Amino acid sequence: MTTQNTVLSPGQMAWKRFRNHTLAWYSLMFLLTLTLLVIAAPFLLEALGYDHTAINLANRFSPSTLKHGFGTDELGRDVLLRILYGGRISLFVAFVSAMFAFIIGTTIGAVAGYFGGIIDSILMRFTDSVLTLPILPLMILLAAIDLAKVLPSGLAFLAQGNYASMIKLMLIVVFFGWMTVARLVRAEFLSLRERDFTQAARALGVSHFKIIFRHILPNAVAPIIVSITLSIGSIILYEAALSFLGLGIHPPLPSWGNMLTNAQDYIRNATMLSVYPGVFILLTVVAINFIGDGLRDAFDPKFVHKK
Amino acid sequence: MVLSVAVYYALGLMPGDPIDLLITANPKIKIEDIARLKKIYGLDQPIHVQYVRWLKRVTTGDLGFSRVYKRPTTELLGPRLKNTFKLMLGAMLLSLLIAVPLGIYTAFHQYSKFDYTMSILAFIGISIPSFWLGLMLITLFSEKFPILPAGGMQTIGVHTLWDQLKYLILPVCSISAQQIGFWMRYMRSSILEVIGQDYIRTARAKGLDEDTVLFKHALRNALIPMVTILALSLPGIVSGAVITETIFAWPGMGRLLFESVMRTDYYVAMICMLFLAALTLISNFIADLMYAVVDPRIRS
Repeated sequence: MTTQNTVLSPGQMAWKRFRNHTLAWYSLMFLLTLTLLVIAAPFLLEALGYDHTAINLANRFSPSTLKHGFGTDELGRDVLLRILYGGRISLFVAFVSAMFAFIIGTTIGAVAGYFGGIIDSILMRFTDSVLTLPILPLMILLAAIDLAKVLPSGLAFLAQGNYASMIKLMLIVVFFGWMTVARLVRAEFLSLRERDFTQAARALGVSHFKIIFRHILPNAVAPIIVSITLSIGSIILYEAALSFLGLGIHPPLPSWGNMLTNAQDYIRNATMLSVYPGVFILLTVVAINFIGDGLRDAFDPKFVHKK
Repeated sequence: MVLSVAVYYALGLMPGDPIDLLITANPKIKIEDIARLKKIYGLDQPIHVQYVRWLKRVTTGDLGFSRVYKRPTTELLGPRLKNTFKLMLGAMLLSLLIAVPLGIYTAFHQYSKFDYTMSILAFIGISIPSFWLGLMLITLFSEKFPILPAGGMQTIGVHTLWDQLKYLILPVCSISAQQIGFWMRYMRSSILEVIGQDYIRTARAKGLDEDTVLFKHALRNALIPMVTILALSLPGIVSGAVITETIFAWPGMGRLLFESVMRTDYYVAMICMLFLAALTLISNFIADLMYAVVDPRIRS
């Protein structure tokens, strides 16, 4: 069969277009490498034979050496390892929060778009009102809340221990992160529910649940993926900003944001301490934005790459 | 209104209350005193009672008293608002002056080397954490090359315009980076979309020279959506100002909010929040209005 070589499925075509977007491709490679490194951080630690939490006051502010690739910080801890561990937290928070935001946004958008009418107006009115809030000031306010006063006693364990600040941050970020997806999904559903294949499914007596998840959602997947990708980037930025202000992730958990808080005090003598975490935030978010851009081009059939 | 209830409850959920802070500050305080003070400030009441009391006072124009600054909130807000507006105005002007021409130029020279470089730079601008950019700017321009001040608003005793401008440069730059990247890309895609329209082809077919087509026909139509984007990015600039003000020790609304939240200065935090929220709503409203003004097609 000679035609089989030339005929590509939509997925393969999108993949090919994505490969042709040089920057997006390199960004994906970068992000995958970083993720692997970050996941492998504990093994790296073992291989190198020292601890990222080990305090060594005799060796403070060491410049880059063979042993400490990025030097050491104000307590003599290895900066490179701390960045990898901070990356674990920052990336984990971003990916997981984006997933939750995606689930909430998709559910709300799907219900609003599919059923329409009064449900649609109520849900969208709510979405719009959250969308018009000044996000960062509200995040600061919410981050100052004592989680123990809000949670029901069954969930109180979330407010304790080292990870409490991380969980609180994720809740806040998810709360302000689902609206774009919801609006997008709704718009897609509004047009898709009138299409013939949906009508056919409905005529066959398929349940609402199945129509939404089997017939409509797969067709709306492209813009959702793009928007999720971009939201991961903005979550990393919000996390960094809040942690930097001392309202996000608290030490002893390292994150790229709170590493900068400490480094700020030593900016005069140890400038590189505040350069490294920032560069990592920047590179990661740039990479994510490029990937988002590449995905958008790849999923858009009208787009012809001209280079 | 709904927001005010939500914010008030959120404030009540913060750890400790003003009296608790007083206790840590003064170990000699007696238990009876604590109860008495809590009663005076109404802190022994449930939170909805506190809210209604507060609302009654606000509607009569009494915005409360700042515990930290020992001054009425109203007195505190005026200059802070002015400072934030200064910062925002500066950031908007700078971003516009850079973003719009660059957007236009890159759109007219699509796929050129310059276009390619600028779009990478725009991505970097969008992705850079503004607080980190601020830190780097301080390190570079006031530590390594001490030509610009690291924070504050003006040199004590100097009242020249240049002096005040000097203090504006760094914070404005660190707020603007994101806006420039964002607006530039928006401007570019807006023009590219218009250039693909039929009326541009018609204009070219009439034999108009390229400059007239681009600047008279394409540009004017491409600027329409820009106006909306401008108004819609106002809340973003306000948000960005919170962090930037904190880093550059700029006495504006954002820093006031941050500080009052950190020190559980209820009334001030409350009013700041409401002001920022109102600002956001107003800019959304302006966006809608402007859209109708600049685009006669949607006036119906």
